Amino acid sequence: MASEGDRRSDPEVERRSRLLGGFHFQGEGARGVAIALLSTVVFVAVVIVAVTQSAGWPEVKRTFFDWGDISSSFPDIARAFVLNVKIFLVCEVFILVLALLIAVLRSLPGPVFFPLRALAIVYSDLARGVPTILVIALLGFGAPALELTGVPRSRVFWAGVGLILVYSGYVAEVYRAGIESVHPSQEAAARSLGLSRFQALRRVILPQAVRRVIPPLLNDFIGLQKDTALVATLGVVEAFNQSMIDSAATFTYGAYLAAAVLFVAITIPLARLTDWLIARDRQKRQAAGGFA
Amino acid sequence: MSALRLEGVRKSFGDHEVLRGIDLELADHEVVCLIGASGSGKSTLLRCVNLLERLDAGRIFLGREELTRSGVDVNDVRRRIGIVFQAFNLFPHMTVLRNVTLAPRDVLKLPRAEAEARALELLARFGLENRRDEYPDRLSGGQQQRVAIVRALAMRPELMLLDEVTSALDPGLVAEVLNVIRELAAGGMTMLIATHEMGFARDIANRVCFLDEGRILEQGTPEQIFAHPTEPRTQQFLERIIEAGRL
Repeated sequence: MASEGDRRSDPEVERRSRLLGGFHFQGEGARGVAIALLSTVVFVAVVIVAVTQSAGWPEVKRTFFDWGDISSSFPDIARAFVLNVKIFLVCEVFILVLALLIAVLRSLPGPVFFPLRALAIVYSDLARGVPTILVIALLGFGAPALELTGVPRSRVFWAGVGLILVYSGYVAEVYRAGIESVHPSQEAAARSLGLSRFQALRRVILPQAVRRVIPPLLNDFIGLQKDTALVATLGVVEAFNQSMIDSAATFTYGAYLAAAVLFVAITIPLARLTDWLIARDRQKRQAAGGFA
Repeated sequence: MSALRLEGVRKSFGDHEVLRGIDLELADHEVVCLIGASGSGKSTLLRCVNLLERLDAGRIFLGREELTRSGVDVNDVRRRIGIVFQAFNLFPHMTVLRNVTLAPRDVLKLPRAEAEARALELLARFGLENRRDEYPDRLSGGQQQRVAIVRALAMRPELMLLDEVTSALDPGLVAEVLNVIRELAAGGMTMLIATHEMGFARDIANRVCFLDEGRILEQGTPEQIFAHPTEPRTQQFLERIIEAGRL
């Protein structure tokens, strides 16, 4: 039986567990928090003991966890990481537009549009079927080698094109799921008012579709942010390549940890934002009585 | 001249022939109710008139113009014919006002102020003016259906098609929607109404058509159809309705 005090703290616990996204404290109020804290401490302690008692630990500690290495390589890597963020931001804009176009092509009805639909399907299959690292290598080494006038030679440019092509395949599928989740009666209602197919799509279907797929879209953002490290395969000095350079200079791996920390600093907030949006969406749908 | 004329309209879904040659004519300002069991083709008939379904055979005229000729501008046809659906089909991401002004602004290209003035006048007429900024999921079913009717009226259609507009409503909310339709009839709107509300049909219709297995089996004044049906199938249908307590 919950006491008066527990009940009053409920909204606070609720708020905090929402802030923490996936972290749910079982049990009620302060007691639940205490249990979660204790079991976490015990778990972490067991892991620490197991790792530090292992035979190879002294060597791993020296090569990976040298604070001097990590902190001295951090500024270089952070500067190089700016390139990762830039690639991420620029590519994302193009991906959102290109993927939407592909998804719309794929959802066109009727036999007339069969070639466009087929093209969109082939594109999605290829983009998702070829490993990202191969696409980047093919474009990054191949396209500049053509020496076509007016075509950029920059490897960063072609790596970006590769990421855009690959991720547009995934994101198009996300959009398509959203478009298909809008009930056909919505299009019928729009068309019955005299809206053209394009007007119905733009005003009625896409706004609802995109709202529903924002969480999975953010998921793909997270993947893209991580995959900017693949640009390193072309010899471009971004965060991962810079950490390899630093690591080769010191014969230790602390630089990799520094790079990992930078990536995580961006992807974890994105992940929490995604969780929060999913939770909010669920609440909204419940408030609307299962409609929407 | 007739407002709407159907000649030999046929429609199949796969092997199932839903409409088997429908001939029907509506005069200006006439209110015609379609009655019949579920699956008798009432909804399909309305969707065909609005060109939401493609006919297999037959012709449809709106005034002098044939809607079913090739090369017809379907968007233009639909802006002249209003349809209201059983499930309301309001746009959930738009406010009431935006639902009503969307088509006038995007299709008729009315300036925003004019479209909103037109919408607010209609909303006020049907007691919805204080709901203008609400989203549909905040409204009762009856209010949603009234908004859907206003949304169709905002295009100033020549003809309204109503597809079992009260079937999805709680019994207590049916009257407010039927009153709106009564008011439209009193205002001279030409309407083709598919309905299960026999009392309402008897009350409002100039003419009642009984649909059975894709054909208009019998038609006449409400008095003829409800009090003196001649076809055995019509008599059976009405007996079942009376047993169910709906007449």
